[in-house]
Amino acid sequence: MKILFSFFTVVFLVLLVFAGATTGNKYVLFLFGVIIPYAAFATFLLGFIYRVVQWGRSPVPFRIPTTCGQQQSFPWIKQNKIENPSTTMGVIVRMALEVFLFRSLFRNLKTELRDGPKLSYGSDKWLWLAGLAFHWSFLIILIRHYRFFIGEVPSVIHLIESLDSFLQVGVPLVYITDAVILAAVTFLFLRRVYIPQVNYISLAADYFPLFLILGIAISGVLMRYFIKVHIVGVKELAMGLISLNFMAPAKNLQEIGVIFYIHLFLISVLFAYFPFSKLMHMGGVFLSPTRNLSNNSRMVRHINPWNYPVHVHTYEEYEEDFRDKMKAAGLPVEKE
Amino acid sequence: MATKLPKPDELAKIDFTPPETGWMDTPVEIKPGMFCWGAKAKNLRAVEFPNARDWSPAEEDWKLPGEWEGTVLEAMADRLSKYRSFKLFMDICVRCGACADKCHFFIGSGDPKNMPVLRAELMRSVYRKYFTTPGKVLGKLAGARELTYDVLKEWWYYFYQCTECRRCSVFCPYGIDTAEITMMGREFTNLLGLNTDWIAGPVANCYMKGNHLGLEPHTIKSSIEFFLDDIETVTGIKIEPTFNRKGAEILFVTPSGDLFADPGTYTAMGYLMLFHELGLDYTWSTYASEGGNFGYFTSNEMAKRLNSKIYAEAKRLGVKWIIGGECGHMWRVLNQYMDTWNGPADFLEVPKSPITGTVFENAKSTKMVHITEFTADLIKNGKLKLDPSRNDHLKVTYHDSCNTARGMGLLEEPRYVIKSVCNNFYEMPENTIREQTFCCGSGTGLNASENMDLRMKGGFPRANAVKYVRDKHGVNMLANICAIDRATLKASMEYWVPDVTVCGTHELVANALVMKGEKERTQDLRLETLPGKEGN
Amino acid sequence: MNLKDVLSEKRSAILKRWFDVIVETYPADTAVFLKNQKDRFANPVGATISQGIENIFDELLQGGDIGRVSPFLDNIVRIRAVQDFTPSGALTFIFNLKKVIREELESEADKTPILKDLTALESRIDDLALLSFNIYMQCREKLYDIRANEVKSRTFRLLQRANLICDIEDQEQEPDSEDNKLINIKRKEAAQ
Repeated sequence: MKILFSFFTVVFLVLLVFAGATTGNKYVLFLFGVIIPYAAFATFLLGFIYRVVQWGRSPVPFRIPTTCGQQQSFPWIKQNKIENPSTTMGVIVRMALEVFLFRSLFRNLKTELRDGPKLSYGSDKWLWLAGLAFHWSFLIILIRHYRFFIGEVPSVIHLIESLDSFLQVGVPLVYITDAVILAAVTFLFLRRVYIPQVNYISLAADYFPLFLILGIAISGVLMRYFIKVHIVGVKELAMGLISLNFMAPAKNLQEIGVIFYIHLFLISVLFAYFPFSKLMHMGGVFLSPTRNLSNNSRMVRHINPWNYPVHVHTYEEYEEDFRDKMKAAGLPVEKE
Repeated sequence: MATKLPKPDELAKIDFTPPETGWMDTPVEIKPGMFCWGAKAKNLRAVEFPNARDWSPAEEDWKLPGEWEGTVLEAMADRLSKYRSFKLFMDICVRCGACADKCHFFIGSGDPKNMPVLRAELMRSVYRKYFTTPGKVLGKLAGARELTYDVLKEWWYYFYQCTECRRCSVFCPYGIDTAEITMMGREFTNLLGLNTDWIAGPVANCYMKGNHLGLEPHTIKSSIEFFLDDIETVTGIKIEPTFNRKGAEILFVTPSGDLFADPGTYTAMGYLMLFHELGLDYTWSTYASEGGNFGYFTSNEMAKRLNSKIYAEAKRLGVKWIIGGECGHMWRVLNQYMDTWNGPADFLEVPKSPITGTVFENAKSTKMVHITEFTADLIKNGKLKLDPSRNDHLKVTYHDSCNTARGMGLLEEPRYVIKSVCNNFYEMPENTIREQTFCCGSGTGLNASENMDLRMKGGFPRANAVKYVRDKHGVNMLANICAIDRATLKASMEYWVPDVTVCGTHELVANALVMKGEKERTQDLRLETLPGKEGN
Repeated sequence: MNLKDVLSEKRSAILKRWFDVIVETYPADTAVFLKNQKDRFANPVGATISQGIENIFDELLQGGDIGRVSPFLDNIVRIRAVQDFTPSGALTFIFNLKKVIREELESEADKTPILKDLTALESRIDDLALLSFNIYMQCREKLYDIRANEVKSRTFRLLQRANLICDIEDQEQEPDSEDNKLINIKRKEAAQ
């Protein structure tokens, strides 16, 4: 049900843009080619900022890092400066490992003394690997797309492109990341379906982005390798969009090709959907107080902005309650 | 244990084809053996907690106050605006499942709602319904559900089946810490008077009398005096500790459980002997006579109220700094909360060991030093005369407390101490110790008797690792630095690994400690004859 | 071929099927975890069950003293005695073995030579079941013992102090008096 709902939502979106784009009506194309991308990007940008600001508005009252190694104590005990950082530098390294290499997910690997057949374990390792493959290829593909938005393609983009296609197969050259992202998304989807534990906890909101990204990747691959589009028109549109020149791209809209509009529309949906969804983990991971704080709360006082005085049972009240018993037991008292 | 036996044909159905309903459609069943009794009215009243009344979780009617939904949602909005952790952890989970099998309660019980991600979803689903647009619009499709009586019961049942051990947080790619969510769950249920008596009782005691057990000042003194007799029997040395003494250099605070029940009592004897041997200028306090903080298992405010006594007493007595005894959650609180709540402790000095001259730089603001840090420094500087062979009949392994491991990182200090006083030390497997340590299964105030089934299930992963080193190395002693561990691992061992005993680290220290003017030791602190000394 | 040979041949198939049947007594998503996580410390329940049934099965085939199975049976029953099972639910896994063996023998063309042995084996499985009832009861009783002991150990120091108050003079004069010894004995009991 959750899966089908997500799947058919994406199918509906594709049909919608397909129907629109095949009309060839320039107003409809302008909607899908210009207005919706702008609206989506604006939603993404504002929404993303809004969400991060919302999180930021909630203070961090306590210093609560999850310590995963030896604390700083004596010079003769080796501190784990990354897994239990006591300095900002340590935190930066810890966060970098978390963000770039998914350190915590990797921890799943570290097991020993297994028994039984070798084949059936290791699902955890695959999660780490697939997650890493997915996120990195997504990032590289995103960077590669920068070429559409700029007249003179910078050499760094060329470098990335040539690295990404170093296998030198196919015409045009096959990008490795294209294959990797399709495989990784498929794996992440199948994992959700077939591992009952994960299936049990999954929501429609977990399947929808997977289908959406799969749709984007497939349409992109089709466009590059199989269904040709009017590439000059695409680049004109992209450069027009980025230079805020609304009218410039409009002239070639009809020649670009339907598959491009599908690709662009799904991307727009992803961008617009982003701030309302779990995809916000992209911003959230940087704010996580169990990871981005140093464990130095005994060295430096952490301030809670909303710390307020509380009702306590004072020593005076305590002595009042027990003075006679204390005196009888020979315990010192403040008031005789 | 189910009270009603199913018919044979029902049985086949129940046991072999578990219902394939989604978790939202599987209503909670409050099972005996899995929960603690409801808080008594008098204990809630003592600390001005709302809806004080006697109630039972086993009954249908939990006697909730009117408008309880509003109370919870209002509190939820408030906490979302106060805790970034809570707000973030409600939003960013991608349900990847990395945490799912990391919880000792899930591993031991197999109940899917004990998977950390699902425990958190119990709360997130309600959050989505009332605080997010997709949840409001799409409802169940967006994973949202209304806060109903059943949902509240489910919250209560499962947030009192989490020991806030943070093991899941270690494996989460975003560091999502179920403990933060459980804490909120407990804050909300406390607003409705839904506490357990095993927590509320100690909280009330600690507030009024200074410690969880409700020991009054003269009783604390006589408890400790009783240990002194045993120490004299064992060592021939008469120790005279002081209480509430102004002008002492150091205030010593430890969990009151160690004054009360074995084997914690032996750990307390260990402190007394160590401090005596050093000639340490220190004092016990009867007012701040609790290092632990069961308030931490109810609400942030209550935790702060109880914790305030430590600094207040240090100030009144005019000590220079504080040593804290062996306790798990006590040290989570001291390390990550105390200074923020009740500091700055500017009336104290940066802790400096009077014996070795070592300055404890890592405690320079909080001014509170862990006893194993203190002792490790003594041993490193050769200030203690030790005879580890007195512990030769023991094969020791060490259980990291969740809180000192994952909320502090105190990993090597206790190991150094233990290895210095014992010749036979064996580690449990790597994925069950240090930051990956398994909980004893009874933390956060779940160490009552009526929920023994739950405790045994939760304790199984830890016990299983102990069993492994027992079978492999003949381990017969499970050392730890936590009062709750000492109380609960004893029960867990009794059920799962019957021939392994439990002890605190300073019991081992004291047994190995060669004291000035002591008689020949023929007994250990448990008054058991040392091997080879039977003839004496 | 006698039954023992047949079963030895089918050992791994039987054990796999038996394990699967036991694991199916848990919720579906838990079952997969129990099956697939092979690390014995990350998945102690699954590991104990798979190790336990192997040992039980082998002992059963050996045909020695049924009591030798007891420790292996104990490991499994001890776990199921604290999980959410009815007593019968906790112990059905023994009877499942019969079904599993029968099913595995389906394919045997000629059952006559093994039939007699099979009946004998099944009656041994029944003995196993009886044995596990004992173990189950011991486990449940143990839990109540532990509960009682905890209460005792918590109140013991109080009782001790009460004694102290009565015998304070005795004790100060003779630290090793009879009373003191008695207290120590009592304390040990409470600590156990």
